[in-house]
Amino acid sequence: MTDDIDHLDELEHRSVHILREAYANFKNLGMLWSIGKDSTVLLWLARKAFFGHVPIPLVHIDTAYKIPEMIEYRDRLALEWNLTMIYGQNRQALEEKRTFPDGAVDRIACCKALKTDALKYTLSGEWPRYRLNHAKRVYEVDRNTEPFTGVIVGVRADEEGSRSKERYFSPRTTQSQWDVGDQPPEFWNQFKTEFAPGTHLRIHPLLDWTELNIWEYIKRENIPTVSLYYDQGEGRRYRSLGCYPCTHAVDSQAHDVDDIILELRSGKFANIAERSGRAQDKAGGGGLETLRRDGYM
Amino acid sequence: MSSSIASLEPPVAAPAGSQQRMNIVIVGHVDHGKSTIIGRLLADTHSLPDGKLEQVRAQCELNSKPFEYAFLLDALKDEQAQGITIDAARVFFKTAQRHYLILDAPGHIEFLKNMITGAARAEAALLVIDAAEGVQENSRRHGYMISMLGVRQLAVVVNKMDLVGWDRGVYDRIVSEYGAFLDQVGTRPSAFIPVSGRGGDNIADRSEHLAWYEGPTVLGALDAFRSEPAPIHRPFRMAVQDVYKFTKQGDDRRIVAGTIDSGTVRVGDSVIFYPSGKKSRVRSIEAFNRPPQDSAEAGSAVGFTLQEQIYITRGEMATLETEPRPQVTTRLRVSLFWLGKDPMIKRKEYLLKLGTGRVTARLEDVLRVMDASTLDTAEQRAAVQRHDVAECVLKLDRAIACDLATDVPATSRFVIVDDFEIRGGGIVREALPDRQAAVRDRVILRNYKWEPSIIEPERRAEKYNQKAALILVTGEHEADRKSVAKALEGKLFEDGKVVYFLGIGSVLYGIDADIERKPENRLEHMRRLAEVANLMLDAGIILVVAAAELTQDDLDVIKASVQPDWIETIWAGDAITTDLAVDLQLPGGAVPEAVDRLKAHLQDKGIIFRPW
Repeated sequence: MTDDIDHLDELEHRSVHILREAYANFKNLGMLWSIGKDSTVLLWLARKAFFGHVPIPLVHIDTAYKIPEMIEYRDRLALEWNLTMIYGQNRQALEEKRTFPDGAVDRIACCKALKTDALKYTLSGEWPRYRLNHAKRVYEVDRNTEPFTGVIVGVRADEEGSRSKERYFSPRTTQSQWDVGDQPPEFWNQFKTEFAPGTHLRIHPLLDWTELNIWEYIKRENIPTVSLYYDQGEGRRYRSLGCYPCTHAVDSQAHDVDDIILELRSGKFANIAERSGRAQDKAGGGGLETLRRDGYM
Repeated sequence: MSSSIASLEPPVAAPAGSQQRMNIVIVGHVDHGKSTIIGRLLADTHSLPDGKLEQVRAQCELNSKPFEYAFLLDALKDEQAQGITIDAARVFFKTAQRHYLILDAPGHIEFLKNMITGAARAEAALLVIDAAEGVQENSRRHGYMISMLGVRQLAVVVNKMDLVGWDRGVYDRIVSEYGAFLDQVGTRPSAFIPVSGRGGDNIADRSEHLAWYEGPTVLGALDAFRSEPAPIHRPFRMAVQDVYKFTKQGDDRRIVAGTIDSGTVRVGDSVIFYPSGKKSRVRSIEAFNRPPQDSAEAGSAVGFTLQEQIYITRGEMATLETEPRPQVTTRLRVSLFWLGKDPMIKRKEYLLKLGTGRVTARLEDVLRVMDASTLDTAEQRAAVQRHDVAECVLKLDRAIACDLATDVPATSRFVIVDDFEIRGGGIVREALPDRQAAVRDRVILRNYKWEPSIIEPERRAEKYNQKAALILVTGEHEADRKSVAKALEGKLFEDGKVVYFLGIGSVLYGIDADIERKPENRLEHMRRLAEVANLMLDAGIILVVAAAELTQDDLDVIKASVQPDWIETIWAGDAITTDLAVDLQLPGGAVPEAVDRLKAHLQDKGIIFRPW
């Protein structure tokens, strides 16, 4: 009884292989979980790779402007799946109200403060990390402040231009910067797993997946997702999840996974980018590219 | 920006599995017309976004320059990447038969890294040669790379036939010259296609200018490529990525995990792990959220549990007892390509990665260097320069398991790491004999016949609160290594460790009583010492051995029978007088200080633990 390895299997096997390589090679490894569909598929793939367990801490950057339902879903799965759950936040920017919703800065500056900076200093351990205590069901300041040297991220090459240039294992400098022009060669399942002190690696197991692959896999595996992705009867749903002031729903009556797959296959969104509901992508020339070189996901 | 991204995707994404897809790579010398051919493929298969062709034409007119199909690609990429056009970008097009993803590989010599990255993921390649310029340096280099990387399907596109007046003679000369070259590197192209990318001749449609040509068009050649099946009929090989045990999560399974490189494994199969030679049987194939399965094949990332518990780690290669065994050696004859700015030189330590194995490697000899520009082979070179393809002998620090490229391609492939970066890649041509070969064969048989205890090594380690280790304390004859070794034993014993001092004399007149003490028996003395050490390490003990002036040869023999990562070599004395690679040197002086340093070293290595 052998399985005919179809395309989803192929993607799954490659991602699992990469996750296991990452786990074997990095002592301080973390996995970013945005609560969105991609990184949730990534989390599911980790359960595949480690036979139901997730031996890698999950890191969530909480901008405090996430849709509340996302946080509830995060904590529910963290408890159910016995996850080592950590979140980080730019408390200073929030306290000083240096955010776009407060009207103090533009969208890009807000993204930089609440996401890029929060991420950078959470990964480096310079800012406090909050870790879920499963017994007490509360987040406590994590005593471990060692920097993460390997960070698993659920970006896909088809999302937007700059992401199609990534490697499975992409090096970042001490300042989290990315040298797009000079990337390591990657072949024969051999990746860049050695790194100079102070630098770290971004690991991208989902690079070859498309938006449709993600939904087909969610259906096949029956992976729980946030209900925000589905139309609740108002003819609108989220296609991509972010902070509520900058993420808009798209017109769609897709109310379950099947509907979404049908919608993607029918070509309804063929000429509309997935991130079209994300306002920061459009702010200024090359907003996302600039953000990404500085360490944005 | 957003709309162009969507348009680079197939307009209607295919349901998974229902339609074939294939990754291809287009390579060739700079300016031989790769971009033009890609532009043509996009235009002629109607894979461009609406209005893109007209837009680029209009732009050309505006700037009063002649329109070229290559601009289409640039226009798409510019939008896609906002000026970053130097990497292997992804471009989609489709035919009636399947979807294609072009991993576009730039032709400039500096970008070989990207070309390799793209080509290694491709199932087929198009190699473009300019009919007017003929076969050039990178035509050969890329052809060789494609072959070494394992892309077995190739069509050669002889471009710019319009510039040579559609002359069949020019085409024939290229076919004969380049065909002979490919033959030498072991690749047979499916076709040599005369085309004009600019005119669209023989790209999607047949050309009347080239009526003498009877072979396929470029699209025809692409559609004739077959999806490469996974090598399920080759011997079973799986590089062990890890052995997982999630006991704290209440899971008692001990799962050997990895991705199957070739072949098939079934529940009940006898498996042997190399280089150790340890043997067990597959009890179950494990998976999360998948129906139970009793077999798994090449391409699958799997895990299995074993019937008899044996101690194996990442870096071993799982094989089947009934199939040909892999090569196990410390000396390899290889073909490799070098990407590093600094040449690969002798007497320098590199890291070799093959499967999940990692081992220190040195360049022992450069047999031949192929000059891609002439295909001449230069003998007697001392180093391998950037972008060279060379045949070399590599000497490894310890034995690894691998296969020859002709037997199992997947497990013949390795990369060389230097200064944190992958600097080269290659394939194993031949496993060369080494001095420890006879010892290793005995060890493999020993491990095969080994009677495993029901107490697993990690349980002993937990109980004794230490890792089993062989501490080899050596030094000059006059040095006080024995006092240091004995004092270490005393100190660790006081700390509650399970430790034992073994002097060479205790072995020489006991277990070695039947062999004479003369130089030609040194290997056998070492083998026996190592076998005694191996038993004590299996019992979980920290074994401290003092021996005078151990050499690297001695250590290599010991490493053939004792788990190499369990060995620490310590040199007592100010000057190291042999070629031994030591983990710690203790300058001459007071014994207590030496012991303190040794103890700290063992703590650093995680053999014993620092108090909280």
